[in-house]
Amino acid sequence: MSKGTVLILGARSDMAMAIAHCFAKEGYDIQLAARNADGLVSDTSDIALRYQVAVTQHEFDALNTASHVAFVVHLPVLPDIAVCAVGYMGEQAENERCTQSASLVMRSNYEGPTSILAVLANLFEQRGSGTLVGISSIAGERGRATNYVYGSAKAGFTAFLSGLRNRLAKKGVHVVTVLPGFVATKMTDGMDLPAKLTAQPKQMADAILDAVLKRRNVIYVKRIWQLIMMIIRNIPEKVFKGMKI
Amino acid sequence: MILSGWGRYPRIDAKLNAPRSEEDLQALVLQGNSIARGNGRAYGDSAVSAQNTVHMRHFNRMLSFDAEQGQLVAEAGVMLADVIDAFLPRGWFSYVTPGTKFVTLGGMIAADVHGKNHHKDGSFGTYVDWIDVLISDGSVQRCSRSENTELFEWTVGGMGLTGIVLRAAIRLRHVSSAWIEQRTLVAENISHAIELFEQSHDATYSVAWIDCLQQGKSMGRSLVILGEHADAVVVPSQYRKTPLHISPKRKLSIPVEFPSWALNSLSVRAFNALYYWNGKRKRGQQLVDWDSYFYPLDAILGWNKIYGRHGFAQFQCVLPLQTADAGLRALLSAIANAGAGSFLAVLKRFGTQNSRFSFPMEGYTLALDFPVNKKTLALMERLDSITVEHGGRFYLAKDSRMSRDLFHQSEPRTKDFVSFRSDHAASGAFASAQSHRLGL
Repeated sequence: MSKGTVLILGARSDMAMAIAHCFAKEGYDIQLAARNADGLVSDTSDIALRYQVAVTQHEFDALNTASHVAFVVHLPVLPDIAVCAVGYMGEQAENERCTQSASLVMRSNYEGPTSILAVLANLFEQRGSGTLVGISSIAGERGRATNYVYGSAKAGFTAFLSGLRNRLAKKGVHVVTVLPGFVATKMTDGMDLPAKLTAQPKQMADAILDAVLKRRNVIYVKRIWQLIMMIIRNIPEKVFKGMKI
Repeated sequence: MILSGWGRYPRIDAKLNAPRSEEDLQALVLQGNSIARGNGRAYGDSAVSAQNTVHMRHFNRMLSFDAEQGQLVAEAGVMLADVIDAFLPRGWFSYVTPGTKFVTLGGMIAADVHGKNHHKDGSFGTYVDWIDVLISDGSVQRCSRSENTELFEWTVGGMGLTGIVLRAAIRLRHVSSAWIEQRTLVAENISHAIELFEQSHDATYSVAWIDCLQQGKSMGRSLVILGEHADAVVVPSQYRKTPLHISPKRKLSIPVEFPSWALNSLSVRAFNALYYWNGKRKRGQQLVDWDSYFYPLDAILGWNKIYGRHGFAQFQCVLPLQTADAGLRALLSAIANAGAGSFLAVLKRFGTQNSRFSFPMEGYTLALDFPVNKKTLALMERLDSITVEHGGRFYLAKDSRMSRDLFHQSEPRTKDFVSFRSDHAASGAFASAQSHRLGL
């Protein structure tokens, strides 16, 4: 007996896969949405076999916002939960030089994710139920020289989620904002990350499942990040602008 | 980075990559000297290559299951624990399982692992219908008993030295509960233990734990433990409605390395004596859940750390039937004389096996752990010689220290293995620290 259906947007990433496994294990059916969805066929069979749930794959391009309404309409069922794991970090140096690269980062982290969540939000609102999960980033908590293009897009996304939550709070629709710190994934392969500050994708997925079930609003995946970001947010700008962090 | 096997000896500074696609994997193989690594549970240096260790963790998807035939197709990095998690609730279990569930399918095929039922059901390779192997030229070959036979036969038990297993089709066994009916028999000495094994051919599972510090007429005193998959009707009443499920247990974990002195002949002697008397007291029939029966050590995460920072080595040999009694006596007396007991001395009867390079042969296999130090390394060399004198051979998945000469003395099959490798350009493409050490 299925507990409901979870749509995973940007399903190819390590984080997204961990989330899919985590919800499937709980008994949710899974819709995997990504570009070149045909490439997800092994993951589809894997999740279906391991947890005996229904798993489907769906072609989805976050940047093609014009297609988003049609994408949702063509889903076999309107999901109960939608998790947006779409994101693209890019290279800060490249983003400073080239406005097109910067624009791709902004569209991938803000325009695309907000567009698809907006479509889903309206349908969830009509239905009067559902949970939307947006994976934003601590990079959006304060702009830093080393990744402010990515950070600014995530800041926008965080603000969007906050507003959406405010709007839908009385409509039976819940919105979860996830602010991961470092997560060991394909994106961070080869980076030398401090182990104590780095979450495994599975840890993150467990935290998201927990947040969905308990209807929590904003979660940091490793508690320590909440403290770190509180400190970073409170450094006076006069001091902050001279810092190298 | 520093890599080692489960025994944490030897430690080798090795390059480690974890490819995500077949193309990336292929590119790594074409660089040469590659060896696939699963979950790192081989004890020694079987899955370490200083130049090119290839972690298979991203190839971990289950692809299909045919419930008519009990055939699972999965990628090589899938862990046995995951197969059990997914399929035991549906009434399926692995035909053959080693003493830990934290091994990958690829690793089980490469080492052609055996379990407590070898005398009856053979090794893991028996239940492999086909495998896809990425070979030295970067191509992927489907092989089985009827297709690419040579490659199939040398790869099962070939320690990853013929190619990298990508996918496999394996058969699962139908079971009606998650429980094992266990019967414990007490053997007063080694000949008695052998006698009990020979009387227990019908038992699906059989294994003996030996108190390896006893000498004289109690030498080899042991508990012989037999097991059968239990029918759903006999499982404990609180589980009878869901006979295929057991409740998850708390796991202990060893957080730090024990100091080397923690494991001395006194503590080992005390442990062995306690284990024996406790087993003797509880002899007879018991119902045990699958996890406790097959994987008692998996309940203690990181148990390899109790041997301290120098790590440990496992000695495992098999002796042919004719020489087993005399050979086991010689081995046990060498161990007892050295006073270097082992927490876990395990004896097991193997049935017949015909394979190219796999470890099992009809006879008796003995396995013991020792912390690595000068004294135990010397003892293990002594045990090596005794084994060879009695016509026995060694399990490569456990080896971390054997000498090339001794290994070649024990394995007349090596010559053919080496020529298969060179004929198929595998010698340069696939190599481990172990294959270099042993001249494979």
